[in-house]
Amino acid sequence: MKSSRGLCRVLACLVSGFIFFHGAFAASGPATFATTLSNGLKVVMREDTRAPVAAQMVWYRVGSMDEVDGFSGVAHLLEHMMFKGTPKVGAGEFSRRVAAVGGRDNAFTNSDYTAYFQQVPKERLGEVMALEADRMRHLSVAPEEFAQEIKVVMEERRLRTEDNPQALLFEQTHAVAFQTHPYRRPVIGWMNDLENMTAADARAWHRAWYAPNNATLVVCGDVDHEAVFRLARRHYGKLKARKLPVTKPQREPAQKGIRRLVVKGAAELPFLLMAWKVPGVERMDGPIAPFALEMLLAILDGHEGARLSRRLVRDRQLANSVGASYDALNRGPALFYLYGNPVPGQTPEALETALLAEIDDIAQNGVSAEELARGKAQLLASEIYKLDSVFGQAMEIGRMSVLGFDDRDIAAYVARLETVTAEDIQTAAQTLFGEDGLTVGVLQPTPVK
Amino acid sequence: MLSKKLRFFFLCGVFALAAAVRAEVVIEHWQTPTGAKVYFVQSAALPILDVELDFAAGAIFDPPQKAGLAATVGALLEMGAGGMTETEISDRLADAGAYLASGAEDDLARVSLRTLAAPDKREAAIGVLEAVLREPHFAVEVFERERARSIAAIRDALTRPAPVAQRAFRAALYPGHPYGNAATPESLAAIQPSDLRDFWRAHYFAANANISIVGDLQRPAAEALAERLAAALPRAASLPVLPAQPERASAGTKTRLPHPSSTQAHIYLGLPAIARDDPDFFPLLVGNYILGGGGFVSRLMKEVREKRGYAYSVYSYFSPMKQSGPFTIGLQTRREQANEALAVTRQVLEGFLADGPTAAELAAAKDYLAGSFPLNLDSNRKILAQIANIGFYDLPLDYLAQYPSRIRAVTLPEICAAFARHVRMGELVEVIVGAED
Repeated sequence: MKSSRGLCRVLACLVSGFIFFHGAFAASGPATFATTLSNGLKVVMREDTRAPVAAQMVWYRVGSMDEVDGFSGVAHLLEHMMFKGTPKVGAGEFSRRVAAVGGRDNAFTNSDYTAYFQQVPKERLGEVMALEADRMRHLSVAPEEFAQEIKVVMEERRLRTEDNPQALLFEQTHAVAFQTHPYRRPVIGWMNDLENMTAADARAWHRAWYAPNNATLVVCGDVDHEAVFRLARRHYGKLKARKLPVTKPQREPAQKGIRRLVVKGAAELPFLLMAWKVPGVERMDGPIAPFALEMLLAILDGHEGARLSRRLVRDRQLANSVGASYDALNRGPALFYLYGNPVPGQTPEALETALLAEIDDIAQNGVSAEELARGKAQLLASEIYKLDSVFGQAMEIGRMSVLGFDDRDIAAYVARLETVTAEDIQTAAQTLFGEDGLTVGVLQPTPVK
Repeated sequence: MLSKKLRFFFLCGVFALAAAVRAEVVIEHWQTPTGAKVYFVQSAALPILDVELDFAAGAIFDPPQKAGLAATVGALLEMGAGGMTETEISDRLADAGAYLASGAEDDLARVSLRTLAAPDKREAAIGVLEAVLREPHFAVEVFERERARSIAAIRDALTRPAPVAQRAFRAALYPGHPYGNAATPESLAAIQPSDLRDFWRAHYFAANANISIVGDLQRPAAEALAERLAAALPRAASLPVLPAQPERASAGTKTRLPHPSSTQAHIYLGLPAIARDDPDFFPLLVGNYILGGGGFVSRLMKEVREKRGYAYSVYSYFSPMKQSGPFTIGLQTRREQANEALAVTRQVLEGFLADGPTAAELAAAKDYLAGSFPLNLDSNRKILAQIANIGFYDLPLDYLAQYPSRIRAVTLPEICAAFARHVRMGELVEVIVGAED
């Protein structure tokens, strides 16, 4: 559930599986260096010398989960306003300057964090650091710029959510699954909150949350880490730490029974979304359950021949499409999703029964050693493939940091996944998929009219 | 994290390797004895191997009444081959940690493999790829299942404004040409199981293929790999014949389709513009960056989004293809203001065509397009995409090396002349889905 300033499709590929390779190849793996400036800014640097480029990302530990009722969408709106000028850099000038040095820039917001990035030829890193440091502290939020940008965000909401029935179903399902936790609100904000948002709201958000002690700077690329640390101190070091707002935990009370909802929307095929409240990772040496869920995910939906697709799409031809999703690393509570379209002539109820039967099969009969080994083989390979992307490495490091982990936890996470046994997965299937923690949403097709 | 000593140890390793691979991207090129063209970039920095085969086997070769045939053949290649079921294929790949993908676009069909470069892993993965190239099953029951899924997905997509608008736009741009002929439930129903194998034999042979290889492999091993894959392909047929060139529309058509459920209107403007071998490629690329290609700094973005808040996304681009590929402007806006947003968009284009870019805009465009070039080559995946493009469209081997200077050489008069040749207001096709009446 991300919402981004613009056209940033690259982020769609950011799914679960934030992990670090190990094994034989680790002995020549990339080097990661970390430091913290005196103002509290964390700096993490990954040297990757394959190409003369560098990626800078600044991650703020603030997202839509930090908003309060009536102000939904302000975290994302502020992300847009970050491109609308500071006293030194005029509106729209930020992106022009990045482009002038041969760079690309964008930003994205989700429930847990907000992040900004530039990809540049390596010798231009200092220039984009100066720009990013400037807007960390000094942001104009001019009323005339705000007046246009809030309209852009409403168009974004229409495009992504209002006219996309499956997205509406996801939004509504979150609102039903969570009653007290702020994950119940959409990242992009309710339309009515957007209609009533003011420039002052955006300015207050920036003042409250945008501080070096609430951020991580990540650089990945062909730059020496000492040089990066020097640049970081020069550009960000003078910004003063601020006292951050205190937020309440707003912990979601235990759900006591299945919840169901229906969303009607223009579609031909119904869509079924099942979401269970499950544990996430709080510590890398904590309970095994979330790690078992990650491996369960791989066994259900890790490749085309995995259980869900093979059985429900190919063999039984009950689903036109089917999938599973789980992210173990979040600031708030985790959900495990199963979803899909029934084929024409089949019902969401039949698909729900079939999906439940897949979980039940694993609860009863466990998973094979072959399946588990396959899941781990894919995991280890993906640890190497991810090193092919400079930007992808920066993404992983930054996300871990704002979630409260550090870059060493990336390796610890994978090491822990490697210890998951078939019994762990069976236990997870037996104990974590009860109907009392389940929310079921159905998109009911209506004619386009 | 690892101990300091250990880390020092592998730092040395990385730097030593890096020194070996840091120079410019060196493309090696040869042909297999069976006539497949090979493009190879050795990159030892990561233990990864990427292989891609591109065939002139895209939707441009679809028979008029059977749109979707090329895409179906491309998708079915990996769904059962060489005695392996589709599940056995995907399980074997997963066991090796490899990924195989196949499918077709407008001009080409692509089969690509990413695998670990270690000999045992890569051998398992390449074995599957070889089987997929040699002996795809095209099993009737798999075909019928996939066809039913495609038909259901098309019907579902056509309840949403964006796919409706995109189809209507292509159909209006290319009447009677395969570029405008999207698969429909009817055209998919017309495909016979025997059509799949016939299409495959007619298109998936070595002389009709480009093989691109990037990764941790020595040249002799790359040669052996290319030869092995090419040898797996069916016996040579005659090169497929392209359809007649798309007609140049003499007057722009305007299509308005209702979509009562949609809160936004989806607007497309454009016309058939250039083939990939057109000498105007660089002037149009640079000019379009200024008009609507340059992300947040283009004229369209500034006038439609930044100044007026009409749209989240507004852009223009050229899609150079084998034959005259489209020039497209697209945006989505609240349905009540569709006419105003359309008027501003047309004004921006008209102003650009009349006066061309300013010198400052041209300089900024060159700074970005030439300066950002290293970002197009900063991963094996991107290098693979570049050399596959060079191979398929017969671009010169020094294309990448020349790219920044070709950008830098573009002049204002060249941009104006190129746009005058390819984009005329009177010929613009306009499609709007979901606007108010």
